[in-house]
Parts: sequence; C-alpha cells; structure tokens
Amino acid sequence: MVLLGKNMLRDSNQIVLKNIYKNFGNVKALKNVSMTTDSGKINCILGDNGAGKSTLVNIISGVFLSDKGEYRINNKTVEFLNPHEAISAGISTVYQSLAIIPIMNIYRNFFLGNEPLNNEYFKIIDKGFAIETTIKELKKFDINIENPKRLAGTLSGGERQLLAIARALYFGAKILILDEPTSALGVKESNKVVEQIILLKEQNINVILVSHNIDQAFMLGDKFFIIKNGEMVGHLDKFETSAKSLRTILEK
Amino acid sequence: MISGEFDLSIGSLIGFSSMSLTLLTVETNLTMPVASLITLIMVLIIGYYNGITVVKSGLPSFIITLGSLFMIRGFTIAISKIITGRTQIGGIEESKGFNIMSSVFSNHLTIAGTNFPISIFWWMLFGVLGYFLLKHTQFGNWIFATGASQESAKLMGIPVQKVKISLFMLTAFCSWFIAVTQVTTFGGADVLRGEQKEFIAIIAVVIGGTLLTGGYGSIIGAMIGALIFGIVKQGIIFAGVDADWFQVFMGVMLVSAVLVNGAFRKKYAQG
Repeated sequence: MVLLGKNMLRDSNQIVLKNIYKNFGNVKALKNVSMTTDSGKINCILGDNGAGKSTLVNIISGVFLSDKGEYRINNKTVEFLNPHEAISAGISTVYQSLAIIPIMNIYRNFFLGNEPLNNEYFKIIDKGFAIETTIKELKKFDINIENPKRLAGTLSGGERQLLAIARALYFGAKILILDEPTSALGVKESNKVVEQIILLKEQNINVILVSHNIDQAFMLGDKFFIIKNGEMVGHLDKFETSAKSLRTILEK
Repeated sequence: MISGEFDLSIGSLIGFSSMSLTLLTVETNLTMPVASLITLIMVLIIGYYNGITVVKSGLPSFIITLGSLFMIRGFTIAISKIITGRTQIGGIEESKGFNIMSSVFSNHLTIAGTNFPISIFWWMLFGVLGYFLLKHTQFGNWIFATGASQESAKLMGIPVQKVKISLFMLTAFCSWFIAVTQVTTFGGADVLRGEQKEFIAIIAVVIGGTLLTGGYGSIIGAMIGALIFGIVKQGIIFAGVDADWFQVFMGVMLVSAVLVNGAFRKKYAQG
C-alpha cells in the first residue's frame, strides 16, 4: 500500500475513482464506475438495494480490492488490502448496525480497539484519560454525558450514531463514510444526526453519505452519485438538480 | 463465557491433569515439579486445540468442547488402565518434590487460631487477578467486545480469534491448577476427578450475572456464585434437609438467573 502522511491529507482529502470494475463470480457488481469526492462537501451515493452502493463503499473503505480501475487519494494511487490500512490513511466507515456495542459502556465503546494505556508492559487502560476525552469529544457533537460509565445501550439511537462519528474523527478520519446513518431513527433523532453531519463540512471532512432517502440526501448533499445495476447513471451537483429530478433518474 | 464461548472440557482436563501428573511421577521417577510442568504443557496444547477448532470451524464451542470432554475423559481412563490396570493411583507422597508442591498448593495456614487451606488464598488471588485483567487491561476490554459483538469487535481491529484461543488456554491452565491442588491434597489421582465441574463452573458464572450470550459479566459475580453454590451445598446438610434437594435448588437458581440476565440484555441490547 501507499502510506499517506497526515499532512498530505490535510489539504484536499480528495478521492478519485476511475473506471472501477468489480465482479463476484458471474455477478457484475460494478461496471466502469468513476467518481470524485472532495473534502468540505457531502457526497451522496444514491441507489436501490443491490444497485452496488455497498460494493462501492467497500472498495473505498478497503474491504475489497477492485478488479480493474484506479483509486486515488490526493492524486496518489492507493491499494488498501484491508480496512485497517484504509483507516490509517484517514478513511473511516460508520456502519449503521455495527457501530456501537450496546452492552458495553460509553467510554469503552469510544476507545474500543484503540485503548489508551498508562502502562505499556501490562497494557493497563488509562481510564481517567478515556473518560475525560469521551466527555469532551461528545460535547463537540452536542451530547452531554455526565457518566460515560453508563452502557451505550442507554443512549438514544441518534446519540449512538454520533458517538461512532465522534470516535472516527477523534482517531483521525478525514474521509468519513456514513452508511445509512439515519435509516433506523425516528424524525427527531434523525434531525439531531443531520445537524451534526452538516457541521462536518466546516471541519473540512470529505463526507460520503450512502442513502436511499432521497429527500434527506438532497437537503444534506452537495454532490450526488446515482448508481443503478452497478453503473453510475447520474453525476450531479446540487445547483443543477432537484430532489424530484434525482428521483426521476433513480426510478427511470 | 464473557467472550461468548463455553469450555465444557475443564472437568475432564482436571481428571487428565491429575492422572498425567501422578503417572509421570510414580511410574517414571520424574520429580513432581517436572511432571507437573510437562502436564501443564500438554494441557495448554489441548486448550489451544479447543480454541483453534472453535475459531476455525465457527461451530458452537458448546459442541466442540463437549467432544473434547468425552475424548479426554475416555483417553484418560483408557491410558491409566493400560499402564497400571487401575483407575485410581496413590502413593505420590513418597516421590521427590512432593513436599515442595504440597506446601505451595495444599498447605494450611493458621490465622488467628483458625486453620485455612491455602487454596482459599489462591482462589482470592486468581479472583483479584481476573478482576484486574477484565476491568483494567486492554485484553479485558477485548474479551468483553468479542463476547458482545464479534463483528463489531473485528471492525474495530480486535484480534477476536487470538482472544478466544488464549481464553481456552486459560481455562485449561485453571484445570491444571485445580488438578495439582487435588493431587497434593489427596496424595493421588482418580480418572474421575473433576467430573461435572464444568456444570458447576457454568452455574457459578451464570448465578454471578454473566450473560450466556457473552459480553457482560464479572469475576466478583462468579466468585459470589461459587460461594452461593458452596454454602448451599454444605448448609443443606447441616440444615438436616435431604441433600437431593440441593440439586433441585441449584437447577431453580440457574434457570432464574438466566431469565433475569436475559431480561437485562433485552432491555439494553436492542439495535
């Protein structure tokens, strides 16, 4: 893989996919897909179930390699062999169902797999630091937690999503893939998450939002990529389209 | 069990360890510390086998270790019959190194005029170590995560398979430890040692609040569970009640504990 230093990612965090193909046996999951996403923008990938959205996301996040085509970040060709390589290059994915472990407490969720240690030899977790940091980082997302020793299952659905997003950013994500972040949430919870996603633009994050809620995506998004049967059928900026025309392309 | 797996082979591993230790000492003239070290290595290999089989096959550990239980128990009985023609062996007291081993594993300490078996202190020490490992170390955090949601844990970069394998080796180590304590206490081995210990362990852990599905539980809880088990077992005799009722009581306790734990999980574990 090509290692990307943090300073290289600071500038634009641009992702370019060019002529990507991916087959699973006889199934052509992606055919000649190209897209460019920039930081400070919310880039929406729209499509029906089975259209190829997940395959595309999985290629970006390092779960799969493409069969053919080019994947570039900040004009450097990259090849991620697993999700960890992608994460260390600043690409994080927040999956809707797997993000948070409900029967584990909040601060342990926040630092899961990246536990801060105050003793390298015995690998003892620095709880004070973990708790303080969790409170501080969640506050940035307008979640006030007095006791991060509570189980994460006691948080509302929206708060859990935001916890996962806060965690990804804390650990250096510059490119954030959100997989249906509000699909399991009610209106009120959904709005909480949406408000915070919009604020991510100010932090110069390259947000890639996967959704099949067209109205919400149109409200949030700056760029729209429409996938159908593994092909990129639409490629639009916000000013040149409307929720209605996006829907027309999708349902055509 | 917090990592979401069972080890049903611990009882038969106790029998295997005690027999292996005694046979190696009595039949081959090895000193007892050496024999117990060799036994420990064999037991750890069996633990590794349990772990790797569960992890690679993806089958429930309940089934894999049930298989191990019978294999190890049968193997232990068969081998000791072939070598000695018996299933109980004594006479280890005269062998070299017995005194050292016995003073470490089965001595009695007198505190304030009362005699305490040293195993109580070992029990407390392991309790404290286990508590510390689970609650304060990175590995402990990984154990909880592995049990709660294997997929989430993997996504966060936790080596789920390594965690599970090392835990199977840890339970194997504990069986070995119990076996050494028993051999030094009774001065010999019996192939049936440790029979049903696996069930007692599960009962103690579940009464102590650990979820059968993994991801939640504590050492202190399990220790209290074990205490309840022991106190009821002894108490029912002193109370003059027929000891058969003990089993009924434990069964009821087990099912109620599982129901309570399950209700807890339902409350917090939804999506």
